[in-house]
Amino acid sequence: MNKFWCLLFLAVPVLGVAAFAWAPGAGYWLPRDISDHGWQIDHLFYFVLTLTGAVFVATELALFWFAWKYDGRTNTQPVRFTHGSHDVEVLWTLAPAATLVFIAIYQMNAWADVKMRQPDVPVLAEVTARQFEWRIRYPGADGRFDTLDDVHVVNDLHVPVDRDILITLKSQDVLHSFFLPNLRIKQDAVPGMKIPVWFRARDVGEFDLVCAELCGWGHYKMKGRLTVQSASAFEQWLAETAAAQEATQEPEVEESE
Amino acid sequence: MSSPAVPHPHAGAAAAAPAMPVAKFLATYVFSRDHKVIGLQFLFSTLLWFIVGGLLALAVRWQLAFPWQGMPIVGRLLFSAEGNQISPEFYTMLFTMHATVMIFFVIIPILAGAFGNFLIPLMIGADDMAFPTLNMLSYWVMWPAFVLMTISFFVPGGASAAGWTGYPPLSVTHGAAPASHAGQTLWVLALVFVGISSMMGSVNYMTTIIQMRAPGMTMFRLPMTIWGMFITAVLQAFALPVLTAALFMQLLDRTVRTGFFIPEGLVINNEGVAAGGGQPLLWQHLFWFYSHPAVYIMILPAMGMVSDIISCFARKPLFGYKPMVYSICGIAGLGFIVWGHHMFMSGMNPALGAMFMVSTIMIALPSAVRHSTGWPRCGAARSSSRRPCCLPCPSYRCSSSVGCPGFSWRPRRSTFSSTIPISSWRTSTMCCSAAPPSACSAASISGFPRCSAA
Repeated sequence: MNKFWCLLFLAVPVLGVAAFAWAPGAGYWLPRDISDHGWQIDHLFYFVLTLTGAVFVATELALFWFAWKYDGRTNTQPVRFTHGSHDVEVLWTLAPAATLVFIAIYQMNAWADVKMRQPDVPVLAEVTARQFEWRIRYPGADGRFDTLDDVHVVNDLHVPVDRDILITLKSQDVLHSFFLPNLRIKQDAVPGMKIPVWFRARDVGEFDLVCAELCGWGHYKMKGRLTVQSASAFEQWLAETAAAQEATQEPEVEESE
Repeated sequence: MSSPAVPHPHAGAAAAAPAMPVAKFLATYVFSRDHKVIGLQFLFSTLLWFIVGGLLALAVRWQLAFPWQGMPIVGRLLFSAEGNQISPEFYTMLFTMHATVMIFFVIIPILAGAFGNFLIPLMIGADDMAFPTLNMLSYWVMWPAFVLMTISFFVPGGASAAGWTGYPPLSVTHGAAPASHAGQTLWVLALVFVGISSMMGSVNYMTTIIQMRAPGMTMFRLPMTIWGMFITAVLQAFALPVLTAALFMQLLDRTVRTGFFIPEGLVINNEGVAAGGGQPLLWQHLFWFYSHPAVYIMILPAMGMVSDIISCFARKPLFGYKPMVYSICGIAGLGFIVWGHHMFMSGMNPALGAMFMVSTIMIALPSAVRHSTGWPRCGAARSSSRRPCCLPCPSYRCSSSVGCPGFSWRPRRSTFSSTIPISSWRTSTMCCSAAPPSACSAASISGFPRCSAA
C-alpha cells in the first residue's frame, strides 16, 4: 500500500492517544467526583480504558506495520499462503475470554453499590420530574410525607454532607433521567414507578442536576441545582424554607395531582 | 456472473432503448424481478435518503457549532418567524429524523437490500433470488414508507420528535411533544412498511442461500460477505416481528387510546391522560429486542465485505475463516440476549441489569475474535493494493476498533457508560463507526465484482 496511506492509518492511534493525553488538562474529562462510591466507577473506567487502549494501539500499530512492510510495489517475495494456525486461534480466543470473565466479575461490586445495596435510612426527599423541571418535596418537621407540613421546592435540591441520602424518584408525565454527574448517579424517572436513588456526598458546594433522557422540546433546559451543605446548614435551610412557605399560607408549589 | 433471463441493465439500455415499448421498459427497469435491477433500485433510493439524512445532520451540527444563531439561507426559508434560528422543537425533530432516516432508510436497506440483492445470487452461483416476485415487492413496499415519512415533514407539528427510539409516553401521549400528533403516527406507519419490506427480503435471502448454491459451493466455502448477509437475514426474520408488534401497539395507543405503554395517573401539560394501566418499560424491552440485533444487521454485511476485500487484495485466503464464521454465528445468537444493556438506567430490576451485563461481556468475545484477530493477520499478507476500493477497508478497521465493537467497547459500556457523562460521545462514536461500513460499501462497488471473481 502507498506510504501516504500507511502514515494516515498510523495517525489514527497517534492522534487517538494524543487526544486522550490532551483532554484531561483541557477540561474535557470526567467531572469532579464528590461521592463515596464514585471512585469505583472511575476506577473501572480507567482500568478498562487502559486495557482497551493498549489493545487498540497494538492492533493499529500492527495494521500500520503490515501495510508498510508488505507493500506490493517494493516487496518482491512471492505470496505465501497460510490457512490459519489452530494454536494461535485458541490462544487469542482464550486470552480475551479470560480477561472478559475477569471484568464481568470485577465490576459487579460497583453495580451492586450503586443500584442494589439500598441504605437503611428514611427517605430524605421525593423528586418528581415533569416537563421541564424537578419538583422536590421534603417531609417537613413531622418526618412524614403527604402531610400539611411537607416542604416543596422546585429545581433546588439540598442535601446534607457525609450522610447516606435516600431519594424517591417519580415522574409525572414522560420519561426523564435524574443525573448528578458529580455524584456519578444516573437513574431514569419512569411514570407509574417509584424508584429509590441513594448516594453519599463528601464535599459541600453547588453542583448540577440535569435531565439525561429526551423528554420533549425543553429537555435542554431541564436543569436543577444540587446544594450539598453541612447538616446544620441543611436543617436551617429546611426550616427557613418551611417558614417562608407557611408565611404565604399556601404551598409554594401546588400539588397538581 | 451473468443472468441469462434479463440482459445487463447497461447493455440492455444501449441495445434496446430506441425500440423498447413502455410495458417492456417498466418490466425491465421499474417493476423488475431481476435481482441486480432491484439491488440498484435499493441502492439509488437509499442514496437519495442518505442525502436527506445527511442534510438533517448538517442542521444539527449547525445548531451545535453556532448555538442560537440564524441559519444563513435555509433559516430564512424555513423559520424566518424565529429570526432564522433553529427552534428547540425543530432541533428535536432534526436529530430524531436524522437517526430514523439513516437507520431505517439507509444503512439497513443499503446493506441488505442493495448489496444483498445484487451480490447474493452472483456470489453463490444462483440464477436469481429464490422468490423474484417477493423480491420486487420487498422494494416496492419501501415506497409507502418513503412517502409516509416524507409527508410527515409537512403535517402540522412536523415530523416525529420523540427520538428515533420513540419512547412512550413522549411518543404516545398527545401534547407531550410538538410533533406528537400526525407526525408520530406517520412515523409508526412508515416503520411498519419498512419492517414488512425487510421481512420479505430476509425470507428471500435465507431461502436463496440455503437452497440455491451452485454445486460444490458448500456453506463453509461461502464468501464472508454472504455469511454476513445470511446471519443478517436470520436476525431480521426473528427479531423484526417483535418490533412490528410493538409498533402496532404504539399505533393503537396513539389512535384508539389503548394503554399498553401508558401508566395510570399521567399528567401532561396539566391535563390528565385517560388511558392507563400500561408500562413504559414494556416498549423499551420490545424495541431493543429488535434494535439490538439491528445493530448487527447494520454491521455484519459490512464486516463480511471488509473480510473479503482485505483478503482479496492481500492475495491471501482469510486467516481463520471458520472461527470467523462461528464468531458471527455467536454474535447472532448472543445478540438476542443482550438488549437490556440499552436499559441499565431505565428503572428495570438491577438484578436483571447484572444479567445483561454478563451477557454483554460474553458477546464481546466473538466480536473480539472477529475484529482484533482475523483482519490484521490477513493484512500481514503482501498487500499489493493501490486500488481505491481497498482503502476504505483498513480505515473501517481503524474506526471500528476505536468505536463500536468488540473488545474496546463492550466492557466500557456495560457497567458505567450510563453513569458517567459520555453519552453524546458514545452516540457520535457509534455514528462514526457506522458511517465507514456504508462508505466502504459504497466505495467498493467497483471493487466487488473483481473481488468475487478473485
